[in-house]
Amino acid sequence: MTEIIPDEKRVISVVVVNEASVLARIAGLFAGRGYNIESLTVAPIPESKYSRITIATSGSKRVIEQIIKQLYKLIPVLKVIEHAQQVEKEMALVKFPVGESIADIAALCAAYNGKIVNVGQGVIITMVADEPQRINYFLEAVKIFNPKEIVRSGVVAMER
Amino acid sequence: MEISGARMVIEALIAENVDVVFGYPGGAIMNVYDEIYKQKSFQHILTRHEQAAIHAAEGYSKTTGKVGVAMITSGPGFTNAVTGLADAYMDSVPMVVISGQVAMSLIGTDAFQEIDAVGISRSCTKHNYLVTHASQLPRILKEAFYIAASGRPGPVHVDIPKDVTAQLAYFDYSQEVQLETYKPTLKGNMRQIKKAIEAIAAAKKPLFYLGGGIKASGADALVRRIVAQSQIPAVETFNARGTLSHEDPMLISMVGMHGSYAANMAMSECDCMIAFGPRFDDRVTGKLSEFAKYAKIIHIDIDPSSIGKLVDVDFPIVGDLKSVLEDMEPLFASTIAPSMYASWRETIKRFNDLHPLSYHDDPAGRLKPQWVIQRIGALLGDKANISTDVGQHQMWTAQFYPFSRSRQFISSGGLGTMGFGFPAAIGVKRADPERISINITGDGSILMNIQELMTAVEYKLPVINVILNNNYLGMVRQWQTLFYEDRRSETDLSMQPDFVMLAQSFGGIGYRVSTKAEFEAALQDAIAKNVVAMIDVVIDREEIVLPMVPAGGSLFNMMLAKKEK
Repeated sequence: MTEIIPDEKRVISVVVVNEASVLARIAGLFAGRGYNIESLTVAPIPESKYSRITIATSGSKRVIEQIIKQLYKLIPVLKVIEHAQQVEKEMALVKFPVGESIADIAALCAAYNGKIVNVGQGVIITMVADEPQRINYFLEAVKIFNPKEIVRSGVVAMER
Repeated sequence: MEISGARMVIEALIAENVDVVFGYPGGAIMNVYDEIYKQKSFQHILTRHEQAAIHAAEGYSKTTGKVGVAMITSGPGFTNAVTGLADAYMDSVPMVVISGQVAMSLIGTDAFQEIDAVGISRSCTKHNYLVTHASQLPRILKEAFYIAASGRPGPVHVDIPKDVTAQLAYFDYSQEVQLETYKPTLKGNMRQIKKAIEAIAAAKKPLFYLGGGIKASGADALVRRIVAQSQIPAVETFNARGTLSHEDPMLISMVGMHGSYAANMAMSECDCMIAFGPRFDDRVTGKLSEFAKYAKIIHIDIDPSSIGKLVDVDFPIVGDLKSVLEDMEPLFASTIAPSMYASWRETIKRFNDLHPLSYHDDPAGRLKPQWVIQRIGALLGDKANISTDVGQHQMWTAQFYPFSRSRQFISSGGLGTMGFGFPAAIGVKRADPERISINITGDGSILMNIQELMTAVEYKLPVINVILNNNYLGMVRQWQTLFYEDRRSETDLSMQPDFVMLAQSFGGIGYRVSTKAEFEAALQDAIAKNVVAMIDVVIDREEIVLPMVPAGGSLFNMMLAKKEK
C-alpha cells in the first residue's frame, strides 16, 4: 500500500542571474519534470545582476524537495528560498461596470488593502493587494457586483 | 591582437589540451572548419553522421575521463546530435559540443538550417550557451569545459552563430572561471561521515552498492581498498561494472533487472546499504516500496538531487566521492573489522550457490551468446575495451564479461541508445589504441550507425564488431514472449544484409560464424589482421536474458533460469 500524502502548496523564491533564457530554464525544468506552476512572477533585484523569480507550486514533500534541488542544479541559480515562514502577497485588478454600487465596491476593496484606481467610460477598475487566499475571498465576495474582468499578479514573497 | 571567433574556438581547444575533435561540417560552422584546416594541434575525425560524432566523443571521454569534444553545424546537424547529447547527459559524461548557428540577424526568421538549438538542448545538457558576440567566446568556452568536467559531469552545448565566428575580438583565456552561482560541494560533512560509519559498525548485514559516480570521481582504487579492508560484500550497477575486478571475492555481481540472484537478494536483505554514487535507477530498485526494506541507507553523491529522489536516505552525504572516501578510509580501518560480517558473507555465498549466473550451453545446437561473451573475456580479458549497443547483448555482456578495471566497459546505460556502440568503440580505440576495441552488438543496433564503418576504416581505428545475431530485436522480442503472449510485433529481423559483404564494401573484413571453432578463428584472425571487422555470429534465436525482475516488480521476485538436470 502506498501512502497517499496530500499535496502541499509552497511558494519558492529563486534568485537567478539576470541573463537571457534563464526564465526558460526554470519554466522548462518545471514542465520537463512534471512539476506544477500555479503562478510565477519575475523582476530584477535592484542594484544587482540578479532577478528574483517567485513561484507558487504544489506537490508532495518529496516533490517539493526535488524541485528545490533541481533548481539549485541549474547553473544560473544563486539561491532557492523556500520558507514556511514568509510574507506572501498578491495583487488583483478587477473591472466593474459603473452601474454597480461604487460605494459598496470601494468599501469591500478597503477591507482587502485596496481601492478604486481608475474610473473610465462605463467601467471602474479596483486594485487589492493581500495574501493569495484572501484574494480568493475577495474575488468570491465581489461576484455580486458582476466583475467584467479579473487580473491576478501571481504571488510575491519575502522571508520574515 | 584581435582574432576571429572561429580562431578563438581553435585557441580554446588547444588551451584545453584537446587532442581530438569528432565532427561533421556544414554551412553555419564553416568558418570554424576553415580554422581547423589551418591548424595542426589536434586531430579532427570526420564521422559519417552527427549522432556518431557525439557517441565517438563519449567513447573517448568514457575511456580517458577527459572532456570529449564534438562539432556540428546548425539545423539538421544539431538535431542529429541531440540523441548523443541526451545520452551523455543521462550517463554524466563530460562533453563540450559546439554547434554552428545561422547569423544573429537571421535568428528567429526560420532561416535555412535554422533551429532553436539551445531551446532543444536545454533539457538534455548540463548547461548551454548561445554566444552573441565573439568577445564572449573565451569566457564561455572556458566555463563550458569547467562545467562539463566539475561537479556531476555532463555535456555542455555551445551554439555559435556564423557571424560571431567571423567577428574579431581580443582573446584572453587566462581569466579564471568565476561562477558565483555554481560551486559544487566537494568535501563531505564530517559529522555525517562519522554517523555513517557508526551505522555500518552497528550493522550485521552491510552491503556496498557501487554506482557510476565512482568512475566519474576517479575513486575506484579507494573503493577497492575499502572493500578489501572491510570485507563487506558489494554489488555493482550496470555503469559501475569493472569497479571491482571480477576476481574480487567481495564482488557479488551486477544488481537490478538483470542482476544476479545473489546481488538482488543481498540488496533486499541487507540491513545497511552503503551507496557510492549510484542514482537508484528504476532498473536497479524495482518496486520502490519493497526496495531494501530492512536497510539503513547511506548515500554519498556529489549531486544533491540524486539523494532522496526516489528512496528515503538515512545518512545523506553530499560531496565528491573520492574526497569523502579519503575521509572515510581511516574510519573504516579503525572501526570495521572484517570478522564482523562472516555469517552475512556466508548467506550471500548460499544465495550465489543456489542460483549462480548461468546458461545452458548446447553443444549440438546454435551458439549461445553468453558463451561468445565469456570466450572473448577468456581470450582477451583486460587487453580489450568492451563497448556495447543496447539490448540483450548488452545485458549478457554486463553479466558475463570478466571486467577487471573501471572504464573497461563503455555502454549507454541511462538513455539506452541503440547505435551507441560502434561509434563509441571508435572513440575508445582512438583514446586507447594499445588495447583491442570490441563492440559487442546486436543485429538490430548495428544497423543504427552502420555508416561508421567508413570512419573506422578511414582513420584506421580497427574496431571489432561482434554481432550476436538472432534475427530479432531481441530484448523487445523477449518482453513480447514474456508479457505479450508471444505476439512478436515488428521484432522479426529476418531481412538482413550480408554483413560480410557489407564490411568488405567499406574496406573492412567480415566473418559469418556459427560454431565455437569458427568464432575463435574469426576473432583471432581479426585481431591479427588489425583491421575494422564484423563478426556476424549466428546465435540461438530464442535465448533470453535471465534472471529478470519484471518492470515494476520487487527485486527479490526474479524469473530465474531453469536448473540444469
